[in-house]
Amino acid sequence: MSPIDLAYVALAGALASALVSLGAERWPLLLRAGSFALLGVSGIAALAGGVAALFAAAPSTSALPLGLPWLPWHLRLDPLSGFFLAVVGLVVFAVSLYGPGYMRGYVHARNRQSLVALGLFTGLFILGMYLVIMAGDAFLFMVAWELMSVASYFLVAHQHQHAANRRAAFLYLLMAHVAGIAILLAFGVLAGFGGGYTFENMRAAELGATWSSIAFALAFFGFGMKAGMVPVHAWLPEAHPVAPSHISALMSGVMLKVALYGLIRFVYDLIGDVHWEWGVAMLLIGSASALLGVLYAMVRNNLKRLLAYSSIENVGIILSALGLSIIFVGTGHPVLGVLGLIAALYHILGHALFKGLLFLGAGAIAHSSHEYDLNNMGGLIRRMPQTALFMLIGCMAIAGLPPLTGFVSEWLTFQVALQAPRLESGVLRALIPVTAATLALAAALAAATFVKVFGIAFLGQARTRQARHAREVDIGMRAAMALLALGCVLFGVLQNVVINAIDVVPQMLIGQGLPTATAGSFLWFTPISPKVASYSAPLVFVAIFGIAGLTWLFVHTRRTTTRRGYPWECGYGQVNARMQYTATAFSQPIQRIFAPVWDLREDIDEKRHPSQPQIVASIRHQVQAFDKSWSRLYEPIGHLVLAGARRIGLIQTGSIHTYLAYSFFTLLFLLWVVT
Amino acid sequence: MIEAWLVAVAQTLLYVAGAPLLAGWVKRLKCHMQNRAAPSLFQPYRDIAKLLRKHTVLAENASWLFRTAPYVIFGATLLAAAVVPLVALQLPTAAIADAIVLAGFLALARFFIALAGLDVGTAFGGMGSSREMMIGALAEPALLMTVFTVSMSASTTNLSEAMGFTLTSGLVLRPSFVFAMLGLMLVAVAETGRVPVDNPATHLELTMVHEAMILEYTGRHLALIEWASAIKLMLYMTLIANLFLPWGIAIELAPRELAGGLVAIAAKLALLGMVLVVWEISLAKMRVFRVPPYLGSAFLLSLLGMLTNVVLETGG
Repeated sequence: MSPIDLAYVALAGALASALVSLGAERWPLLLRAGSFALLGVSGIAALAGGVAALFAAAPSTSALPLGLPWLPWHLRLDPLSGFFLAVVGLVVFAVSLYGPGYMRGYVHARNRQSLVALGLFTGLFILGMYLVIMAGDAFLFMVAWELMSVASYFLVAHQHQHAANRRAAFLYLLMAHVAGIAILLAFGVLAGFGGGYTFENMRAAELGATWSSIAFALAFFGFGMKAGMVPVHAWLPEAHPVAPSHISALMSGVMLKVALYGLIRFVYDLIGDVHWEWGVAMLLIGSASALLGVLYAMVRNNLKRLLAYSSIENVGIILSALGLSIIFVGTGHPVLGVLGLIAALYHILGHALFKGLLFLGAGAIAHSSHEYDLNNMGGLIRRMPQTALFMLIGCMAIAGLPPLTGFVSEWLTFQVALQAPRLESGVLRALIPVTAATLALAAALAAATFVKVFGIAFLGQARTRQARHAREVDIGMRAAMALLALGCVLFGVLQNVVINAIDVVPQMLIGQGLPTATAGSFLWFTPISPKVASYSAPLVFVAIFGIAGLTWLFVHTRRTTTRRGYPWECGYGQVNARMQYTATAFSQPIQRIFAPVWDLREDIDEKRHPSQPQIVASIRHQVQAFDKSWSRLYEPIGHLVLAGARRIGLIQTGSIHTYLAYSFFTLLFLLWVVT
Repeated sequence: MIEAWLVAVAQTLLYVAGAPLLAGWVKRLKCHMQNRAAPSLFQPYRDIAKLLRKHTVLAENASWLFRTAPYVIFGATLLAAAVVPLVALQLPTAAIADAIVLAGFLALARFFIALAGLDVGTAFGGMGSSREMMIGALAEPALLMTVFTVSMSASTTNLSEAMGFTLTSGLVLRPSFVFAMLGLMLVAVAETGRVPVDNPATHLELTMVHEAMILEYTGRHLALIEWASAIKLMLYMTLIANLFLPWGIAIELAPRELAGGLVAIAAKLALLGMVLVVWEISLAKMRVFRVPPYLGSAFLLSLLGMLTNVVLETGG
């Protein structure tokens, strides 16, 4: 089967899964067994087709007799689409394993929402993502983009009994369309110069520096907004967490990547001739997103919301790597540009895996304990040991610890940034290392954030009854998490295998691959030259286990016993769960250091003892950290739009006579124009 | 090649064997300076041996993570040490992981020690973990900034190559290196939990950071963690000594050269130990929220180093 045939199987699987769910209200099993099985087939097919496209000699194309009479839908599968298709397929497959068990909670819920809607829109959402990636013309791209956006809107709004969810869904739809308009205009610029809507025409377009910069700015805004870059990110942490967890995993893990796919396709492939100034803009916005995203994540206590904010951080890292790549390509250092692009692609793959894993884990906790707030969890490592192990791997990977997958891409990004001395401009030479240091700060804060996630949720003592009685989730859900956790480890350790596979993408986009990177063997990764830097994840992996194992053997041969005793409680008697650090307490030092980043609202409610006022009888401390982009960006714009609407509203009188007069004068005006 | 690997393994074992001695040296010197009766130079070895012989007491609700963490911490710290050339350059271990991966190993150890602190669910553990992650979050970028400064001059992140660069370029005063070295020293003090950031000798509830996290550890687990902290101290001192003043380190693997390298590093570490002691006894422990400005200045020093590199040394 050729790659495109496999891709058709994937499309058909997603569509069939959507259609099968139409009967789900009557037979819920149809959703849990049928629909997810079809999704699994579709995911495997997409993964296989994507990987095949990476290794195929030439891009495979196909046209569907749909769409406009003069413009059939073009499907095209080249290495870039193949890479993204494989990433989407992998996560979709994991979700298909996870879904049947997770849906049990939805099927048996007391106030159950429409299962038809859930299954139908999940299928359409995935179909939309596949089509965006495979689109060979702007028309199909926009149709698929809207399908993806609208279908996911219904998924965000799935639990619409809560007003907050409805608001989040509306915001999401609004932002998706603002982004959609920008993307449409960007395609318009290219189509105007290229004389057609197929990507072939657009590639051939001859743009001046001004027009190509305008096209870039529009595309960067549109795709960046959908990917959740700062400062237009505020919809993301509202929308992603309120969807069911497997959908959150798809949205955060994969849909953001589809937006980044659009950006890469547009900038490297369709515009082609990049300018380094674009890279600077992307690098600055990327580092700001990384730092602010992780700081916002740090102070959240709702697990899913925290994960959504952390997606902003990761998108920031990816944008920074892309920005570096564009800077180096634009200044005539294509090899370093290739390296930056590979770093970005590697992080895209890694983030899809670990963010998918973490959202599925959050869903598993919610499924078995009905808790979303970290402050209500605790001690889950004893109740859900396997989920805990997978989550630990996910937390380590996202914190960028060697030898897991998050580390490779960060290391590569740093290596690219350290090549800044090769640039002519002194400003850039100074700026790039500073942004690299910002990324380092973001990575270190991410480690703190995920110590908080794992430590508060899984370690310590259970803080609520639900957490105390949580049960391990079923085998399918565990298998899904195990698959993604295995991916985090394998793709982190076998860095050369991954890089050899994705090397064709820069070969296609920049016209150059990495000849020296992996020349040594599968052990050594030397992106620039062995003298400059080298990293061997397989050896690191073996060495850590080797040293830890040897140490274990060494200290365990002694004749000592292990017994259990009470923890130290300062002589006050039993340690109870309320004595532990809470999630809020854990992040308090960082919240205090970086206080200007948030709008902090702190309430301390202190009750004194009635007879002895020097004794505090009870104290209640509440702190809320609000996203500043609301008060600084969204609300002013919202007010402006409302005020503008009110001004225009003045002409609205409600009387038919006035409207008739308007029509008359308009007609008169038009007649005057015509003559 | 085999020879080089053997020397690399021997060098790593030297870290394991030598780290308690360095800790003992610092402790003894500090006692002398403060007019206290000093313990023997070999006291840390006796402490570790005693802890290894003792029975282990675990908190009743300690999970598997609590029991695994000491091994991971020890392994990651030792691996980090293996990357830093001690007596000889051109060893294969420096190629496995460069300076950025070194920071990654230390982050891995910190991640696990912080999790272990949270595992039992006592107030101290949480407090220690929270503070440790705050300090770590600020120290790591400062450390990386130092690394960036050095590696932009030497155009390599491979530590062995970077030390070789300093060695071959001779005794030139590079302002960027001076700033970077000062920055790295401040970071090292914070990362190894010394005064004024943390006090390794304290068990006062409100001030401990490192000690708070490991309060529940006993027996062999505690021995491994203490040992790992000693190795970490030695690692940072070696990094400072060999990155900025690498003279004396063996370039070839001849026995005479290696012996020379050993003497040189012993002298450098003894000297740096003195600097540390003078620094520690002349400062008081800071409040926790004084630490961010302190680490901020470390970061700024490294940043300044990098900017001087860009402006002065590469002629932009």
